[in-house]
Amino acid sequence: MAHKISRRKFIENSSKGLAAAAFIPYFLGGDITKAFGMQTGVDMKLQDYYNHFGISEKIIREVISEALSRGGDYCDLYFQHAIRNYIGLEDKAVNRAYSDIAFGVGIRVLKGDQTGYSFTEEITPKAMKLAAQTAANIADASKRVSAVELKLRKIPDYYPIQTPWESISIDKKIPYLQTINDKVFSEDSRVIKSNIWFTNETSYILIVTSEGVVAFDNQPMGQISVSVTAEQNGKREQNYFDLSGRRGIEFFTPANIDRLAKESVKRTLALFDAVKPEAGEMEVVLAAGSSGILLHEAIGHGMEADFNRKDVSIFADKINKPVAEKFVSIVDDATNPNIRGSINIDDEGNPTESTYLVENGILKSYLHDRISAQHYKVKPTGNGRRESFRHMPQPRMRNTYMLPGPHKKDEIIASVKKGIFAEAFTNGQVFIGAGDFTFYVKSGFLIEDGKLTKPIKDVNIIGNGPQVLKDIVMVADDMEMAEGGWTCGKNGQGVPVSMGLPTVKVSKITVGGVKS
Amino acid sequence: MKNRDRMQLAEWAIDYAAECGAAQSSVAISNSRNIEIEFRDKKLEKLKESTQNSLYLQVYTKKRYSGHSTNDLRKEELKKFVEEAVAATKYLSEDEFRSLPDSKYYPSEEDFKRDLKLLDKSYEKVNSENRVKMASEIEEAAMSVSDLIISATAGYYDSYYETTRVHSNGLKAETSGTSFSAGAEVTVKDKDGGRPEDWFYAGTRFINELPSPEILGKTAAKRALQKIGQKKIESGKYVMLVENRTSSRLLSLFNQAMSARAIQQKSSFLDGMLGKKIANEKLTVIDNPFLEKGLGSRFFDGEGIAAKKRTVIEKGILNNYYIDYYYGKKLGWEPTSGSASNILLEYGSKSFEQMIKELERAIVVNGFIGGNSNSTTGDFSFGIVGLLVEKGEIVQPINEMNISGNALELWDKLVEVGNDPYPYSSYRIPSLLFEGANFSGI
Repeated sequence: MAHKISRRKFIENSSKGLAAAAFIPYFLGGDITKAFGMQTGVDMKLQDYYNHFGISEKIIREVISEALSRGGDYCDLYFQHAIRNYIGLEDKAVNRAYSDIAFGVGIRVLKGDQTGYSFTEEITPKAMKLAAQTAANIADASKRVSAVELKLRKIPDYYPIQTPWESISIDKKIPYLQTINDKVFSEDSRVIKSNIWFTNETSYILIVTSEGVVAFDNQPMGQISVSVTAEQNGKREQNYFDLSGRRGIEFFTPANIDRLAKESVKRTLALFDAVKPEAGEMEVVLAAGSSGILLHEAIGHGMEADFNRKDVSIFADKINKPVAEKFVSIVDDATNPNIRGSINIDDEGNPTESTYLVENGILKSYLHDRISAQHYKVKPTGNGRRESFRHMPQPRMRNTYMLPGPHKKDEIIASVKKGIFAEAFTNGQVFIGAGDFTFYVKSGFLIEDGKLTKPIKDVNIIGNGPQVLKDIVMVADDMEMAEGGWTCGKNGQGVPVSMGLPTVKVSKITVGGVKS
Repeated sequence: MKNRDRMQLAEWAIDYAAECGAAQSSVAISNSRNIEIEFRDKKLEKLKESTQNSLYLQVYTKKRYSGHSTNDLRKEELKKFVEEAVAATKYLSEDEFRSLPDSKYYPSEEDFKRDLKLLDKSYEKVNSENRVKMASEIEEAAMSVSDLIISATAGYYDSYYETTRVHSNGLKAETSGTSFSAGAEVTVKDKDGGRPEDWFYAGTRFINELPSPEILGKTAAKRALQKIGQKKIESGKYVMLVENRTSSRLLSLFNQAMSARAIQQKSSFLDGMLGKKIANEKLTVIDNPFLEKGLGSRFFDGEGIAAKKRTVIEKGILNNYYIDYYYGKKLGWEPTSGSASNILLEYGSKSFEQMIKELERAIVVNGFIGGNSNSTTGDFSFGIVGLLVEKGEIVQPINEMNISGNALELWDKLVEVGNDPYPYSSYRIPSLLFEGANFSGI
């Protein structure tokens, strides 16, 4: 039982949640290909996808006809088969495994900017037509539509992997967790506990629209998350490190396994000496990488076109206006190879791209779904995404990052008299109308007289999106993408994303510390 | 799917899991019908309706454990599903602590006789016209409040669910219930291009307990309008009054740390604190699963353990950990329950408005934004929005500030508990007054 109340826009790293939950939704192990007698991955053609979902062009046409029978102007069908697996190590044993299988089709009908939606988990003509009729009720006329020719949209391949996850059985994954666990405990004698999760997903999607677009995609995701607890002089601290992406198992090389173990321990031990910074406004330097969370909250959500066409975003009247220094350019990109937020096609069947939010300091483009692109009379940008077939698409981010700038990391740190250097984060949130945004700094350093001094931890930072963009005064040339398992939430739907940033200095932003 | 079919399917799954080699297993099957309506700009913006199924199977084969869910309930597919589930445990390590709860912990027939009033029978009579009408009236009410309103999105949601649960060692239970939610999100025009927003939503088990569309729409609008002119003020220690709608976040600082899992994994700042003072004596917290119509009410928890009313914190003393069966076994402790049902406090005598009138100079927090806490140390840092109050009057709306501190230090400084539990949540927390909270702003 659930009633959706919150329309929160937020982002979280899933690892921090994993380390905490005793009860985790579901993921499996075993060679699924045999269980389902199915083909896997990139070898599949359109007919294979039709077979996979037990449908035909004829049935699709009938469902489309039903969906548009009450006067809707457009409809789309989103078929999905998603298989997810989790295996976990706790107290040195890999002794828990979970899986989830989701299978169904979502049917959306549009009339102008109004949306009717229904889904069914039974992919039969009867159930699909019933769902189509339900979605069709957003309109109220009567109409017959002529059959449209279905044409396959060819899509790029931003996430090739060597072996599909469904072909990798659980016994192949277990040694990874055991190796990491051994390394974690041998790294430092202060380590007392470790939790490690290996998760993967494969999602088969097939999209058909009433405009004749047909597209399919196979979307992998792989992740290892390591949580470590350490004890020193009777005090305990816990931290984590994870790697996630549209990757195959080949991504978890010995070097990456080593990183997972070493970084998680290092980040935990750093917390023992950490102090609380002063409260109030100060200069903040953001380390390259996952500090791109700043962009995700400060501008990303505010640039989602649905908020702007409804005039409820603080960026609603700022297109083509200067919003930042000339050396600031920010993109939202679907095309980064194997990065978590990349998509070959969006969940409305639209092609994807790299979209400039800010180009040389000027606000350039919103992130559009179909409805917004039509409203603004622009080309769709490929940002229409949905959590699953059970959800209707809305404008969402993909990989949101800032391009490299003219400065250097060392000069940036040296320029700060009194501030903080923010390195690792757990989550953030934004109120897109007022522009208030926050992100939580799990660890970092004080900067005093141009040098990194004491470590800091557990500090929330809050600012105003447009103001902070103006206050980005230095941007280095060392852009890095975040590598963690980031999930963005909006209107009750979560989608995987990533972000990136070079080393950046913000001249002032409010840091949650303690006033002395 | 009817109750009888669901029960038959669940019993079949348990039997088949045993045939495949599972020593124990549990099955939960649920069906739900969910409807969502959104109304904006005088028209229906979104209409969503669907039925959803799920089956969750846990298997225990020679002390190896795994859990699996699927939404494909066709018998042929489920056969493969059960076989795969059992096969999945083959390579896992044995876990001597894993098993279903001993059946003595399950609810008895007597326990099931309680009427928790989870199901509103008038749900069947609610139709499309009613739903759309309510949403449209909420939007109209919101928009009518002021010309400064840019947009109002009204929403109405309802849900009906049926669940069947069977454990191989004896639990057999069926539950059903309804929930309704309605309200609005409103955006208003501030100077300098700002567009502050706020919301008001009510959630109940019975449709006739929802406030009127007029109250829902107008309250959302007034809350948003109250934010006009919001700004941040100086950092410092302030008296803090937290509104009932949002105060549960501060109580939730204790949640993870109270779990047996966190204690067993040595990441709880409440480890070793049972029987010790963790908050001011004005705090008494009760976990009550038997509240009629409660949003968290239940006969048993996620493991099938019979629900019991418990005092979690008594006059500031920690009285109870949330001990699920598995982590209880790891610790050598009796289980309580691994999760909360409805959370109530011993309430005070003053309303929110009365408490405001008595404030000399304070910040009223009526929303949190982002932030996080550390369950190993109890440290926290949260973004806030609220109001500056001086001499009992609201002076200025506030935003873009943080509060930071440590859970034990904060709760020690609880000064007053309101008489106004928030009714639209399983966390029925009232407004709370604290001294000396650390705010950071300018």
